[in-house]
Amino acid sequence: MSEIKVSCEALRKTEEICRNFNNDPGELISILHETQNTLGYLPEAVQRVIARQLRISAQKVYGVVTFYSFFSMVPKGKYPVSVCLGTACYVRGSDKVLEEFKRVLGIEVGETTPDGRFSLDCLRCVGACGLAPVATIGEKVYGRLNPSDIKKIVAEFDD
Amino acid sequence: MENMINLTIDNRAVCVPKGTTLLDAAETVGIKIPALCHIDLKGTCVKSSPASCRICVVEVAGRRNLAPACATTVTEGMVVLTNSARVVRARKTVAELILSDHPNDCLTCPKCGDCELQELVTRFNIREMQYKGEQSSRKKEITAAITRNMDKCILCRRCESVCNNVQTVGVLGAVRRGFDTTIAPTFDRMFSETDCTYCGQCVAVCPTGALTERDNTDRLLDDICNPDKVVVAQPAPAVRVALGEEFGYEPGTIVTGKLATSLRRLGFDYVFDTDFGADLTIMEEGAEILSRLKAFLGGDKDVKLPIMTSCCPAWVNFYEHNYPDLLEYPSSAKSPAQMFGAIAKTYWAQKMGIPREKLVVVSIMPCLAKKYECERDEFKVDGNPDVDYSISTRELARLIKRSNIDFRSLEDTDFDKPLGESSGAAAIFGATGGVMEAALRTVYEVYTGKTLPRIEFQEVRGLDGIKEATIDLAGFPLKVCVAHTLGNARYLMDKLRSGELDYHVVEVMACPGGCIDGAGQPYHHGDVEVIKARARAIYREDEGKPIRKSHENPDIQKLYREFLGEPLGERSHHLLHTRYFDKTVK
Repeated sequence: MSEIKVSCEALRKTEEICRNFNNDPGELISILHETQNTLGYLPEAVQRVIARQLRISAQKVYGVVTFYSFFSMVPKGKYPVSVCLGTACYVRGSDKVLEEFKRVLGIEVGETTPDGRFSLDCLRCVGACGLAPVATIGEKVYGRLNPSDIKKIVAEFDD
Repeated sequence: MENMINLTIDNRAVCVPKGTTLLDAAETVGIKIPALCHIDLKGTCVKSSPASCRICVVEVAGRRNLAPACATTVTEGMVVLTNSARVVRARKTVAELILSDHPNDCLTCPKCGDCELQELVTRFNIREMQYKGEQSSRKKEITAAITRNMDKCILCRRCESVCNNVQTVGVLGAVRRGFDTTIAPTFDRMFSETDCTYCGQCVAVCPTGALTERDNTDRLLDDICNPDKVVVAQPAPAVRVALGEEFGYEPGTIVTGKLATSLRRLGFDYVFDTDFGADLTIMEEGAEILSRLKAFLGGDKDVKLPIMTSCCPAWVNFYEHNYPDLLEYPSSAKSPAQMFGAIAKTYWAQKMGIPREKLVVVSIMPCLAKKYECERDEFKVDGNPDVDYSISTRELARLIKRSNIDFRSLEDTDFDKPLGESSGAAAIFGATGGVMEAALRTVYEVYTGKTLPRIEFQEVRGLDGIKEATIDLAGFPLKVCVAHTLGNARYLMDKLRSGELDYHVVEVMACPGGCIDGAGQPYHHGDVEVIKARARAIYREDEGKPIRKSHENPDIQKLYREFLGEPLGERSHHLLHTRYFDKTVK
């Protein structure tokens, strides 16, 4: 029934993570963290495995996943874009940078482009306030951004 | 006594046991603090006090902020005001904020007149919308049994609590956060794609119109008005002890005679009784109990014991979804309503010369899962259902009012024959333990060949979640167990799976208290006394019956003589028994 096909290997890894936490329902958030770190996202099939392992309802797992914006049910793009909305970046116009990323990529925050290349998120401070406004794509940091730069930056990832 | 606490509430001295909430303490001196999210059906496991709505706030001397009365326990010397200017103002503001994103369509809301939010608005004298907030736009869904309109949800979480803690079905719960929070089935799916059993207890506790029943009243009126249709009614045992509440009678008033008359006035061509089907169920299920017991005593190692009742459609859904490995344990007997339908559309229709397609069998049920049960393919012949559809007790009350019938002035009449004759054993199907007691009355006499020394089995009555008893069957100790709510059912099924369940017969009903607190009954609004009164009425109905054992019902005996042959015989097997399916959500 899952919309996204998940490999048996991913499900096996999920079970292993649950076992490492002794299948303790009290560790749900830690398990979700580690699973997302390992798989990159938390699709429905993975949440069902976690529910079964911890003997709680899938609804409960889903409730927690949707409550915290950190958790994602869609895979991150090959190039994950994060725009800083921390105070320094914000007052230097990072909201406009974010809008431009949305426009250029054609997706909303938390989404991934249909070709799987880019995903868009926001974060709070990468410790580069002197370069505000800042965005990161993968490990690379882009500073002193202007909305007009975005199209060119995205085009650099032409693979 | 050291476990008693003294305090004052609104300047009145109160002495209550330690651990009592301010809400309950106030009630002992006649102060009814308004509450909304809180529900507590005392004596059952239905309880939810998330203290999230803040309607029940009170002022406690020495405390900076207002305290939620439902979740604050008494302390020695506490001074509480439930009606100070500060409290009244805060309470009203809280209600106004709840209204700020609530759809303002009370006039056409299915819960109009029975809505707890509406009642508070009247009580607080709110005469204008103080705050106009953004309206939420959440999912709507109409299933066979339940209608879901989450725009009307006030996030009290009662449904989440019964679905998860009481029923352990785990389908409904809060998702997302802040203004986007909604109560949704697993993965925002439709109910039909989840493990929902349609027990409807979420509907039974919903204070507003967010969760209501699927309404079949217009469909019924169309059929009644159609001169080509012969429309037959079959009301369930629990309907007759609750319907009166909708017309101002005290809870527990038996209105069987008026029920029959009102169905005739509505235009039903024949008014029969699901109780007839209940007697038939006892004949078939009783025979199945005896056959499995005999096999067991004969040394058959593979016989499936305990045998479990299968009348309750939500319970059937529950084991099909959760215990596909144990489907051979429940009795194969159909529910009384479905047995009635199968007999009405064969034996009776042939007798009367009515073609199947012209006959409309409508069940009037305390239940919402019955609506779903009618739609199951295995209860259809060439697409024509044995029971065409089901309406709830509440829907019947609405139809009676809509049809200009003054219920209170109706004379009493009897059900039509032959499918309206029933025993006291059938009457008690509506309360937890009732099916077990009815089965024991028949199984005992058939097994031992003796008349029962005492007809009542008090040990299987009452509101305890799990009741056990050992019955002496001519030297054989028959171990029986009765459970109500699906949470208790899960406890038993998990034990069965691990091989630790040591009973011969088990009865399960999904709703707390059994069908008398079914999701189609008049709303109890959290008052457990209503449910207890209905249970007492059920047993009074039994006592008033000249025949109190299913196998002594003369029309049942005649049905076997003329048509069915033997219980568990070939024709019975074909018409009155069913199979179960693995419905695990993959």
